[in-house]
This record gives sequence, C-alpha cells and structure tokens, in this order.
Amino acid sequence: MSFTTFIQHCLTGISLGGAYALIAVGYTMVYGILRLINFAHGDIFMMAGYFMIFAMVSLPWAVAIPVVIIATVILGVAIERVAYKPLRTAPRMSIMISAIGVSYLLQNLATYLFTALPKAYPTIPLLKKIFQIGDISASLVTFITPVLTIALVIGLVMMINHTKIGMAMRAVSKDFETSQLMGIKINTVISMTFIIGSALAAVGSILYFTDRMSVTPFSGTLPGLKCFVAAVLGGIGSIPGAVVGGFIIGICETALVALGYSTFSDAFTFVLLIIMLLFKPTGLFGEKIIDKV
Amino acid sequence: MKRILAIVLAMVLALGLMAGCGDSSNGNDASAPAADNGASASDAPADDGAASSDKVIKIGVFEPITGENGGGGFQEVLGVRYANQVVPTVDIGGETYSIELVEVDNKSDKTEAVTAAQSLMSSGVAVVLGSYGSGVSIAAGEIFAENQIPAIGCSCTNPQVTLGNDFYFRVCFLDPFQGTVMANYASQEGATKAAVITQLGDDYSSGLGNFFLKAFKELGGEIVAEEQFQTNQTDFKAILTNIKAAEPDVIFAPSSIATAPLLIKQARELGITAKIMAGDTWENATIIENAGEDAEGIVISTFFDENDSANTTAADFVKGFKEFLNATPDYLSKNGGDGVAAVSALGYDAYMAAIEAIKAADSTDPVAIRDALKTVELNGVTGSITFDENGDANKDMAFIKTVEGGEFKFLKTVTISE
Repeated sequence: MSFTTFIQHCLTGISLGGAYALIAVGYTMVYGILRLINFAHGDIFMMAGYFMIFAMVSLPWAVAIPVVIIATVILGVAIERVAYKPLRTAPRMSIMISAIGVSYLLQNLATYLFTALPKAYPTIPLLKKIFQIGDISASLVTFITPVLTIALVIGLVMMINHTKIGMAMRAVSKDFETSQLMGIKINTVISMTFIIGSALAAVGSILYFTDRMSVTPFSGTLPGLKCFVAAVLGGIGSIPGAVVGGFIIGICETALVALGYSTFSDAFTFVLLIIMLLFKPTGLFGEKIIDKV
Repeated sequence: MKRILAIVLAMVLALGLMAGCGDSSNGNDASAPAADNGASASDAPADDGAASSDKVIKIGVFEPITGENGGGGFQEVLGVRYANQVVPTVDIGGETYSIELVEVDNKSDKTEAVTAAQSLMSSGVAVVLGSYGSGVSIAAGEIFAENQIPAIGCSCTNPQVTLGNDFYFRVCFLDPFQGTVMANYASQEGATKAAVITQLGDDYSSGLGNFFLKAFKELGGEIVAEEQFQTNQTDFKAILTNIKAAEPDVIFAPSSIATAPLLIKQARELGITAKIMAGDTWENATIIENAGEDAEGIVISTFFDENDSANTTAADFVKGFKEFLNATPDYLSKNGGDGVAAVSALGYDAYMAAIEAIKAADSTDPVAIRDALKTVELNGVTGSITFDENGDANKDMAFIKTVEGGEFKFLKTVTISE
C-alpha cells in the first residue's frame, strides 16, 4: 500500500470516527444521567437526515442547518417527555423497552411518511468542496468532521465542568434522588441532556449524510448500534470515552475494508463489544462501580 | 393517571407496530379479496358458472416496490400496468376473461420474496410476472415451481433464475451475455486494466461481475482490483481508495440504483478518472439526478432504446407509454420524468408474452400456459422473443448507452453470436 493510499484511508477513517463520536456522546450522556440506553438515538439521527432533506428544499443551507438542529432537539425532548418521563419511577427494564418501542415507531413512521426508497441528501456546496493535496483528494467535510467533533466535545466538557447546569448534571448522574432533595430541578437537567444529545446527533447527521448522500428509514439503525458499541467501548457514562470509542471504531472499520476484509467490517464492531464486555466491562474510561449494600 | 399514560403509550406503540406492518399488509390486502374468488379462477368451471358473466383470470406481479430496488421495480410495474391498460381482456375458449393484476411487493429482500410469492400462490394467479432483481427471483422460483405456476421474469438476468426450473421463463438477456458485451466494449475502447466492484450476497451483482471478469481476461485484459461491499453500505471510500491505487482504465460496478450515485460521486471525489461502467440496472434517470455532473460519461448496457425507430412495436409502445405516464402525476414523479426505461419495456413484453401463451393454451390452467409459453413467438418492444429449452429469451443484441449532457445517449448496439 503506497503512502498516499494509506493517508487517504486514514482520512476516511478519522472522518467516519468523528461522526460516530458525536452520536456516541448522545448515548453516553443519557446513560450517565438516566441509566438508560436510549435505543431511539440512532433513529433520531436518521430523522435529522430527513429534516435536512425537507429543510433544504426551500431554505438556503445556512438557515437550514439551525432549523434542522432545532427540529431534532424538539423531537428528542418530545420523546423524553412522552416515552421516558412517565416511566421515571418504573423499573429500568420498562423504560428500556419503551426506548426500543420508540425506535421502531420512528423507523416505521419514516417508512410510512417518506417511503422506504432512499432519498437523496441535499448537497451543501461549501462542505462538498473538493480539496486536492498531491494525490490525496477529499471534500471539505472529511477534514471538518474530526475538527468539529473535537471542538464540540471540548465545549461540552467545559460546560459540564464549569457551569451551573453542568454541575447539576454531574450531581444528578452521581445520585438521582439526593440531588432532587438538594433542590435540583431534575426535569430541567434531563431535558438539557436530551437537548445536547439530540443537537449533537443532528450535527453528526449533517456531517455523516453529506458524505454519504442518501437517507432511508433504516439508515440510523446500524450507525446507532455501532455508536452504542463505541460508547460502551469507551466506558458508558464517560464523554471522552465515547469520543475515543467512536474514533477507534471508525478507524478500525476503515482499516478492515482497506485490507480487503469488507465482509467482516460490521462483524468486527460487535466482536469488539463482546471482547470488551468479557475483559473490561467498564470500558476504557469507565468508572468502577462499587455496589453499595 | 400513570395507568392512563401507560395505556396511551401502549396504544401508541401498538400503532407503530401496525404502521410497520403496513407495507406487508398492503400486499396482503391486495391479495386477500383475490383469495376469495381466486380459487374459482384456477378451477373456474366448478362454481359460479351461471352467476357471473365477467370471468376473471389473475396475473401476479411479483416486483420490489420498496427496498434498494424499489425504484426500478416500480418502473417495471408501470410497464405491466400500461400493458394491462392496452390489453385488459383475453379470449379463452370463446369466452372473454378480464385480466386482473395481483401486485405484491417483494421488498428487494430474499426472505420477503418468499412470503410475497406464497401470498401470490394463495391468491390463485394463473401466471406470474417478475421480478426486477435476480436474487428475489431465484428465492421465489422454487415456490412457483412447486405450485406449478409459470413465471415470466422481466429483467432478472442471472442464469440461475431459469436454470433447472421448468416454470421460470424470462424476456431479457442473461448476465454471461451482458458481461461479455461490456468486456468487449471496454477492450474495444482500449482499456487493458479493469477493476470490478460487486455487492456481497447479491446474485445479480456478483454474477455479472464474474462474467465480466472472465470475459475481460479472455480478451487479454488484466483485472487489477476486485472489491466487494455490503448491502445498504453507503460509504465506498475505503474500497475506492484501493481501486485508485491500482490505477484501472475502467471500473465495472454492477449494482443497484440506490448504490450507483453514491459510488459515482465518491469515486470522482477521490479523484478517480477511470470510466465507470455497469449493467442494465443503472439505466434510471434518478442516478443522473442524484449524481449530477459526476454521472457524465458512465457507460451501461441495456435491453432497449426508446429512440430506436426501426421497430414499429417499440415506437408505438414509447408513444403510448409516455401518454400513460403523463396522465398520472404520481407515476411521472416516481418514474423520474417521462423517459421510457428498458425495464418498463420488459414489463410490457412479459405481460404480452403471458397473454400470447394464455391464448395459445386456450385455457386458464397454469401448466397448459407453461407448455404454451415454450412455443410462443412474440414481436416485442425489446425485439422478437422466443424461449429456448431453459426458458430464456433468445436474444443476441444489447444496447450500449452513456450519459451525456444530463441524459442517456445511445452509443451503439453490440451483437454477439454464441
């Protein structure tokens, strides 16, 4: 493999990893606060793709992007209000089943509304601009994705560590009930979590689909599962962990395809999950959980 | 309060489930009423003889409307619907039977295809048309054979569809032929190094890719890269990077309509300038629409050319079909304009072949229709059609087209005598 080919593969892998990282952060945050694996997250990502298609029909891309982010946030918060909030005191299993239900609801709703035929994702001219450095050629979105991902995550970590709402989030994730007793409005905190998670999913969706150009009702399923694996790999509940996990999976997947094992690229992700759970169930950056008696 | 919420939630979820099954139950809905009087169609004389003067013979349409081949499948269905509009009745034994189409959606999926084929069987069709895509046809072939219902494939080009199946016929040419045509064309254009991209587990794609590979090697060319991708994969950058490094003159990438624009765009984005070629599936306007300028210069082989004025049947068909499309805005938008796709022409030909066979058999009995099919001679839109001992149409001509100025342009015909 020549050097330029290698660099080209690296670019592809890092860019894919960046998009995965943004989605994985959504999984990990909701888990950190609610101890819930939000299986609908991948489908929120898919819906964001459809929102973009419809927004771009009548709006210029600079307006469409914020519109899509806001619409996705509304969807995410609405799902929390309708499907998760009523089950807050229910056993954790019920709320997880509810999440799976929402996931299927969104998929089938999308099939019903937009048909199962792939819809072309609109081109954002700026992001699609092709850059050529020597023999390496890639569009701007490939370069922007990892940079934007890291910038957003740094911003998010700053917010969690240095603002009042961030402090409240940390408190809620440590102890749900005590923080409620301390006067933290947990509903606001949870809504905020879903707002951030959905907004990141929307940004991830714009970056991911700009590179891949077609949306179907099921295009959120596999990325969703892979990002869930990424979150577990990094240690679910840990934001830097999710980012590292996302990049690892993106790069490994690309590397496997590059070496000619495209047949196994999907299987690899899930084998990685099994190995991780067997040998280090808390993930790379996960906290050790001490069961209190 | 909580209980009420829980109930509402449960209902919402149940609704979601129902919406999910919506597509499949649509197919069933269509066949359900058919099932009632379906029995009477297959053993017609037994009952309702006196009551009904309007006798019905059912023709099954086994096509993908959704899934990765949904776009092309629908174009084929349009061809069949148009044919049904042109010839809505058939005379059997001196009585006029009206023809009812029973459409099912095989969802471009081999598992769904089996279910869809079974629901066709239970609705009592006398003959089946379809499908677009070889994989689903192979999967359903056995069911048609077991139930002794003849099937006429429209654009399933893999040899396995009809091989060893006495009930499967088809009106299109085969992949070994198509692969050879494209390999010949590539080598005539001076290409010596080719790369082949195929879809893993897709009979059409891997079959056609292999035949191209074999023919190209026989012509003295070199295959510099062979790559595979998975169904529903949308990111081809890694395999395309490998191909770029191998520096081929041409890339042969038989794949679905959904895959094509992604592949073309990503290849051009990576700076690959090699000529991209594919098989009959790519003759679809949505590819040009979605890939835009990047689609310029791709080369495909297909069954039919709408501007071919030598064939009067074809000229009439093109005129009529365009009127048919323009009459219904929904058809027009799903067809991607009023261009006439080769698969629509094949759908039309398959329907006409079925009518000829029913007339020749002079019976509604599926086995008699099957026997009659072997002797049918039809002057179709895509050329004259007769079936050989495998049930394949005897065709020796393919049309090569390219994309120029945002539309398909006819390049030349290639004839290969076997």
